[in-house]
Amino acid sequence: MADLRINLAGIQSPNPFWLASAPPTNSGYQVQRAFDAGWGGAVWKTLGDPILNVTSRFGAVSFNGQRVAGFNNIELISDRPIEVNLKEIKETKKLFPNHTIIASLMVEPKQEKWHEIVKKVEEVGVDGLELNFGCPHGMAERGMGSASGQVPALVEQQTYWVKEVAQTPVIVKLTPNITDITATAEAAVRGGADAISMINTINSLAGVDLDTWNTIPHVGGKGAHGGYCGPAVKPIALNMVAECARSPHINVPISGIGGISTWQDAVEFMLMGATGVQVCTAAMHHGFRIVEDMIEGLDNYLDEKGIASVMDIVGKTVPRYSDWGDLDLNYKIVARINNDVCINCNKCHIACEDTSHQCIDMLKDDKGNSILKVREEDCVGCNLCSIVCPVDGAIDMVEVPSGLPPMTWNERQAALGAVGCKIDSIK
Amino acid sequence: MSLLNTRISYQDLQMNFNEVNPGLTNREAIEESNRCLYCYDAPCITACPTGIDIPTFIKKIASGNLKGSAKTIMTSNPIGASCARVCPTEELCEGACVLNHSTKPIMIGDLQRYATDWAIRNEQVLFKPGKKNGKTVAIVGGGPAGLSAARELALLGYDVTIFEAEDQAGGLNTYGIVSFRLPQEISFWEVKQVESLDVKIRTNTRVGVDISVKDILEDYDAVILAIGMSKVPSLGIEGEDLDGVFDAIDFVKETKTQPISDRFLGKRVVVIGAGNTAIDGATCSVRLGADNVKILYRRTIDEMTAYDFEYEFAKQDGVEFRWLTAPKKIIGDEEGRVKAIECIKMELGEPGEDGRRRPVPIKGSEFTLEVDAVIKAIGQTRYTNLIEQFGLEHDGGVVKVNQETLQTSNEKVFACGDVIFGKGQGEAMVVSAAQQGKDAAYAIHEVMFGAVSK
Repeated sequence: MADLRINLAGIQSPNPFWLASAPPTNSGYQVQRAFDAGWGGAVWKTLGDPILNVTSRFGAVSFNGQRVAGFNNIELISDRPIEVNLKEIKETKKLFPNHTIIASLMVEPKQEKWHEIVKKVEEVGVDGLELNFGCPHGMAERGMGSASGQVPALVEQQTYWVKEVAQTPVIVKLTPNITDITATAEAAVRGGADAISMINTINSLAGVDLDTWNTIPHVGGKGAHGGYCGPAVKPIALNMVAECARSPHINVPISGIGGISTWQDAVEFMLMGATGVQVCTAAMHHGFRIVEDMIEGLDNYLDEKGIASVMDIVGKTVPRYSDWGDLDLNYKIVARINNDVCINCNKCHIACEDTSHQCIDMLKDDKGNSILKVREEDCVGCNLCSIVCPVDGAIDMVEVPSGLPPMTWNERQAALGAVGCKIDSIK
Repeated sequence: MSLLNTRISYQDLQMNFNEVNPGLTNREAIEESNRCLYCYDAPCITACPTGIDIPTFIKKIASGNLKGSAKTIMTSNPIGASCARVCPTEELCEGACVLNHSTKPIMIGDLQRYATDWAIRNEQVLFKPGKKNGKTVAIVGGGPAGLSAARELALLGYDVTIFEAEDQAGGLNTYGIVSFRLPQEISFWEVKQVESLDVKIRTNTRVGVDISVKDILEDYDAVILAIGMSKVPSLGIEGEDLDGVFDAIDFVKETKTQPISDRFLGKRVVVIGAGNTAIDGATCSVRLGADNVKILYRRTIDEMTAYDFEYEFAKQDGVEFRWLTAPKKIIGDEEGRVKAIECIKMELGEPGEDGRRRPVPIKGSEFTLEVDAVIKAIGQTRYTNLIEQFGLEHDGGVVKVNQETLQTSNEKVFACGDVIFGKGQGEAMVVSAAQQGKDAAYAIHEVMFGAVSK
C-alpha cells in the first residue's frame, strides 16, 4: 500500500484525486457524497456575485459511437447565494476534516472585491483558494474568468490582491485560450501564487444539428461558445502542464486538469509535473464511484513499481521533455510486423501506402498465405502503422543502430556555425 | 414439448410466424458498425459470392449514411435484403472476418439487414434504369437468379420481361423460406426495386403453358432460364398418397400464402430429410402447434446439408433428430389418413459417387412411430419437361452451361440459379443464384455489345 497523500503548496490531501470546480461540486450534498466515495478533495463550484444561468447548458461530442469523447458547457459559476455555499462548506469541512476543500473564486478585477470574498471563504475553514481566471464564457463577457486570465498583468495584479489578505495557499487556475500558457503562469507566480492549476476549458462549439441547423447546445434557437473539456482535451492539457513544469521561471506546484478519466491519466499528469489532479467530466459521465478504481489503480501501479509515495513520481518525466531542436537526429526506429500475430486487416499497408512512406508490402509466403512486410530501408519510423494496427503485438517499433553518434539539430547547426532553431532566448 | 417450449404461442399461431430475429437497434448498429476495422482488401468481400463491399457499407452505417449503405449492398446483390437474413454468414463473410483471429467477427448479416431494413421502411428506390440499348431479354423465372439478372440488364439498358409462373415474383424468397426467417415483404421490396427499372414481370404466366417456348425464343434477343427446381421427389415407399403426407415446399408455401391453420395443433409430425427445407418444414410444424416434431435422416449429423445455424435453430425450437433412420412405409387408418410410419435403422457403408458414405439398412431393425403427418424434404425434382421444350442439353434436369458464359447448348439461351445447380455444378445458396444472375446479364451484354461494363 503506497502512500497516496499529497502536499500541494502546503495543502494536504489524502489522495491526489480532487473534483474540479464545476457542476459536481455545486453543493454540500454533492461534495459530501464525493468524499464518501473516496475523492481526496473538492474545489467548490466558483463563488462570486450572483449570476443567472440558461437552459440548456451542456453538449458533448461522440466519437465512433463512444459517448462523451469531449464535453462542452455554457454553465456559469455558482448560481446559489454565497451564504448558502459558505454554510455548506463549513458543514462539509466539519464532517470531513481530513478531506481537502478549496474555494474557487471569481469576482470583478477590483482589489476590495477580492479582499472581501477571500476573507469570507477563509472564515468557514477552506484549505486553500483557487482563483478562476479561466472560465471562457459568460463571465468573460463581464471582464472576469478568461477575460482576466488572458492578460498577464491582470493575472499578476489580482493574484497579488488575493495574496495581500489570504491566510491559506492560493492556486491560480489558468485558461488554455492563450498562445503561450507559460506567460500567464509566470504572471501568477510574479503575483505571489502558491500554485497554479490548468487547464480550464477551451473555447468550443460542440456541434450543429443537421436537421434543425441549431447549434449544440442551443438556448431557444440561439447558441454561444462554451468551454471544452473531457478526454479529447487531455493531450492539450498535458502539454500545457509539461511546458509550465519544465519552465525554470515557474517554480510552484501544479494541479493538473483536463480530460483526466483514469488513474493512468493521473499518473501521466503527475509524471509531467502535476502534484495532484482535478477531475470533472469523467465524474459527470459515470458518477463519483469511478474514484475507487482511480485510487486502487494508482496504488497498485505504485506498488508494482516499488514506489513508496505518490509524491515520488511528480515531475519524473519533465527532464525528458524538451525542444525539437534537442532531439537526436540519428536515433532510428523501424516497424516490424509479426505475421504470426497479424490478422491481415491490412490497415498498416493502406495507411503507409496512402498517407505515409509506402514501405509496407502485401506479399504471399511460401505457403501462399498473405503476409505484410516492412521494407526497413524505406521506413522512417513514423509509428503510423503501429498506431492504426488493431492487434496488440502485431507491430513492434524497434530501434536499429544508425551507426552514427547522437546529433541534435541544435548541435548540428552549431557545428555548422549557423544559428540554431532555439529561439527561446528570452527565458 | 409443448409445456416447455416458451418460444411458441399456442393461443396465437400466427404470431409464431413473425420474424424471430428482431434486428439490431440503432444503438447496436452504431456500436457494431464502429467495431468494424474497415480492413483494406478485406477478406469478407472476397468471401461474399456477390462481392459486396462490406467495409464500405458498414462504414456508411457508422456515418449515418444509411441510403448509401443500402445502395452499396444492393448494387452488388440485388436481393441483398433477403440474403442479409438467409445467408450462411458464418460460412461466408463473417467466417472470413479478420476479427475471428482476435476478438469476435462483425455481425455482417445483421448490419446488412439493418441498412436494407432502413431502405425498406423508408420506401427507398435505389436505382434508375440505364439508357435503352434497344435489345430485349426474356427471363423465365422471377426468383433470386432471374431478378438479379433482370436488375443488372435493366441497368445496362435492356428491355427485360420476366415470366413468372406464380402469383408473385421472388421465387424461393417469396414462397420457399419460412416467414419467421424471411417475411414476404422483404422479397416484395426487392421485386419492386427491379420493377422500378421498367422491368415487366408477367406473373401467373407459365412458360410452355400460357406462352409457348417458341414465342419466347423468337420474340427476344436473348433468353435467361432461371426456373429453379420443382417439387420434392417421391420417397418411393408405400403410403405416400395418404392424407397427411406433404411436400415440404408446398407445406412452407402454404404458411406464407394462406391464413395459418390450426390443423397441426397437438399433432405428431415427422420430417424426412435434413437439408435447409427439412429444417424449415420442421420448425414450421412446431410453430403450427405440433406437439412433437422429429426429423428422420438416413445418414448422420456429419452428412446433414442443413447449416449449423439452422440445426441450432431447430433444436431451440424443440425439434428432435433421429439420425440413421429411413422411412420404410407410411401407414394409414381406415379413412386414409396417416397414423404411423415404419422406419428402419441404417448404418454408413462405403462412400458413394458423391464421396459421402452410403447409408445401408440394418436388417431387422424396423420400428414404428405413431404420427399424424409426414413431411417430405429429400430434395427437389427438376423441370425437365420445360428444359426439353427449350431443347437444351441437360444432365438429369441440370442444364449444362459453359461455366464462363453461362450459355446453354442454345447460344441464345443462358441459364443461372438452381436450374444449373447439381451434378457437381455450382452452389445452391440464394446468394450464389444472385451472383449467377448478374453473371448471366454480363455474359449477354458481352455477346450483344462485345464488352462487359459492370
